[in-house]
Amino acid sequence: MKLVRKGVEEIDDRVGGASFLKRSLGKVFPDHWAFMLGEVALYSFVLLVLTGVFLTFFYEPSTREVTYDGPYPPLQGEQMSAAYESVMRISYEVRAGLVMRQIHHWSALVFVAAILVHMLRVFFTGAFRKPRDINWTVGFTLLLLGMGAGFTGYSLPDDLLSGTGIRIGYSALLSIPVIGEWAAFLFFGGEYPAPAFLRRFYALHIMIIPGLLIGAMTVHLMLVWRQKHTEFDGPGRSEHTVTGTRLWPNYGMKALGLMFVVFGTLSLLGGLFQVNPIWLYGPFVPYSASSPAQPDWYMGWIEGLVRLAPNWTEFSVFGYLVAEPFIPAVVLPGIFITIVALWPVLERRFTGDHEMHNLLQRPRDAPIRTALGVAGVTIMAVLTLAGSNDVLAKFLQIEVDTLNEVFKWLLLLAPPAAGYLTYRICRELRDRDEHPIRRPRRVRVRWNAEGGFDDVEDDAPPGAGSPGTRPEERV
Amino acid sequence: MAFSLAILAGLGLAIVYWRGGQTQIEGALLAVALIGIGGGLIYWSKQLMPPAEVTEPRHTGPSADEDREAVEGSLSEGEERLARRTLLGRLLIGAAGALGLAALFPIRSLGPSPGDTLYRTPWRAGMRLRDETGRLVKVDELEQDSFTTVFPETAPGSADGQAVLIRVDPSALRLPADRADGAPEGYVCYSKVCTHLGCPIGLYLAATHELRCPCHQSTFDVLSGAEPVYGPAARPLPQLLLEVDDDDYLVAQGDFTGPIGPGYWTIDKGPEGSGVDPL
Ligand code: FES
Repeated sequence: MKLVRKGVEEIDDRVGGASFLKRSLGKVFPDHWAFMLGEVALYSFVLLVLTGVFLTFFYEPSTREVTYDGPYPPLQGEQMSAAYESVMRISYEVRAGLVMRQIHHWSALVFVAAILVHMLRVFFTGAFRKPRDINWTVGFTLLLLGMGAGFTGYSLPDDLLSGTGIRIGYSALLSIPVIGEWAAFLFFGGEYPAPAFLRRFYALHIMIIPGLLIGAMTVHLMLVWRQKHTEFDGPGRSEHTVTGTRLWPNYGMKALGLMFVVFGTLSLLGGLFQVNPIWLYGPFVPYSASSPAQPDWYMGWIEGLVRLAPNWTEFSVFGYLVAEPFIPAVVLPGIFITIVALWPVLERRFTGDHEMHNLLQRPRDAPIRTALGVAGVTIMAVLTLAGSNDVLAKFLQIEVDTLNEVFKWLLLLAPPAAGYLTYRICRELRDRDEHPIRRPRRVRVRWNAEGGFDDVEDDAPPGAGSPGTRPEERV
Repeated sequence: MAFSLAILAGLGLAIVYWRGGQTQIEGALLAVALIGIGGGLIYWSKQLMPPAEVTEPRHTGPSADEDREAVEGSLSEGEERLARRTLLGRLLIGAAGALGLAALFPIRSLGPSPGDTLYRTPWRAGMRLRDETGRLVKVDELEQDSFTTVFPETAPGSADGQAVLIRVDPSALRLPADRADGAPEGYVCYSKVCTHLGCPIGLYLAATHELRCPCHQSTFDVLSGAEPVYGPAARPLPQLLLEVDDDDYLVAQGDFTGPIGPGYWTIDKGPEGSGVDPL
């Protein structure tokens, strides 16, 4: 530790950061298990970068035709792109290559999942309210960037499955009115399958999107640092204080520990659970499609929209065509994304609540928001299931067409039902007597010095939980 | 404990790697090592340093009023000074705008102009059909109700020239009148690129004479000119009208009866000024 102290002193001589460090090391972090979800996302990202760098040493973003002569017998002698071959080489010939590739893919899946769950936590507890509304939007941008990174990465091996994904992306872009053709040609470098797309996706995947991700993450964390975490209401909590553990050593050690646990868990997944076995799909050929073709899970809802949309969503205006995919694959996701991104603003509009909030709400205390949130999650769940209707149909031994009808009805009925039920449950729970925040205050009467009587709040014995008060009842 | 486990796992990992590597063992050992360190740290932070809960005031929210006023003051003061030189300011805005406009042009070089590429495929009149194995297709070669993928003779494997060739009972065909002569001996040929999102259509349901796309289950009726009968696709598959040449080979009468693949804004207009028929 002497060395550390020496180092700190040397640096402080030059830049004088000690006062900053003093404040930072003593910073107070509220502690709740749910607050770790964002951290899990952060650590998955760190692992994504580490394994990603390893993979760049071996990956070749080129559609140049080569003949496979590696150790995997079924593909020997087959024609394929250099990109696919290099991923085959990573999987079969580079030592520890496959484990790195699988850890990378698993980390990506967990990264997006952790962000999503983190967002749900923030949503249902009202943590996005002013002054953290900016950070809600920054966080949501992170989710979108994460999905973009996932999609571009998924496409790089140039296998049959990813070819299908890119084709769908291309066609969706192509369907946009007025600018679609130009946009698709600019983005993909020509008519599908233009050989240029791999280099572009590679640049996006390893430089542009990660750069933006790092930038947005920095802003996100700086805002959290500056504004401090929210915390749940409870004894001794108020809007104007922050209660928790100090960054050093308690919180820091635990966070570091969590990082290693996340790394370890992802290594386990990457080692033991096969993901994206491209050798089974085979190299991309434009005239075959793999069935069943599924995207990574976070794209499933768009896939569901595309599968369920009726074909009358294609129509002509003055001889110009608004192609079928435009509404399900561009407009509807766009609307959904806008609503989520602007949620704090929308909620403020409807509730008229312009206050600053540092204390969290329990979901039951905001029944309408909770109900809407549950309805939204239900929509997503139905769509994601519908996105794999062919697999489900096979599994359940039903005709796909029948299953689609079921999904259409579910999409219509399930979200309102789930929302209404949630609303009722929230109201019910909220109005119960044992609600800790609403519990009747125990009041003691004291005889004061002047001979009158005062009402005094009873101090509950420590540990039993004192009667909390609602924030607005406090002075 | 946890840390020593991590040490062992780390050493094991080195040995496995050195002996040639094995994915599952690598993953598991790496996991043991990392979780060992992580678990150890968490345990340590819990045991050795009991959590000390502290409460501190928060300092967020707006800055002090005088600071705000000071900032606003210096901003507006600067603004006033700039406002005295309006012409200069306008010129600056103009220059920045022009540069911004110029900067848009490199974007243009990112992609070729669509031109007529979306309307054309390599098919030309008199061109023979080549199947997946590279053989030219002769009439009488296919069984009734069989299905094969064909390409233009000159462009095997072509992404937009790919087509499905199906032989059906000629008397069952219900093609539009102007296409009736395009199916010699019951050979009908359609673009293989789905008009929904462009997947290659891989399934032929012989019992109902339907083509089905594996991606989103769009289904097309082969006998009636590949009209969509189910699923999200809204436009029929363009047909490749065929005839038989003097050497008994199947040949195309020309390009497809319409632009292939997924829809786009100007699909019914034809490329501007190219003179290509919108078909
Ligand atoms: S691409 Fe064929 S159904 Fe969607």
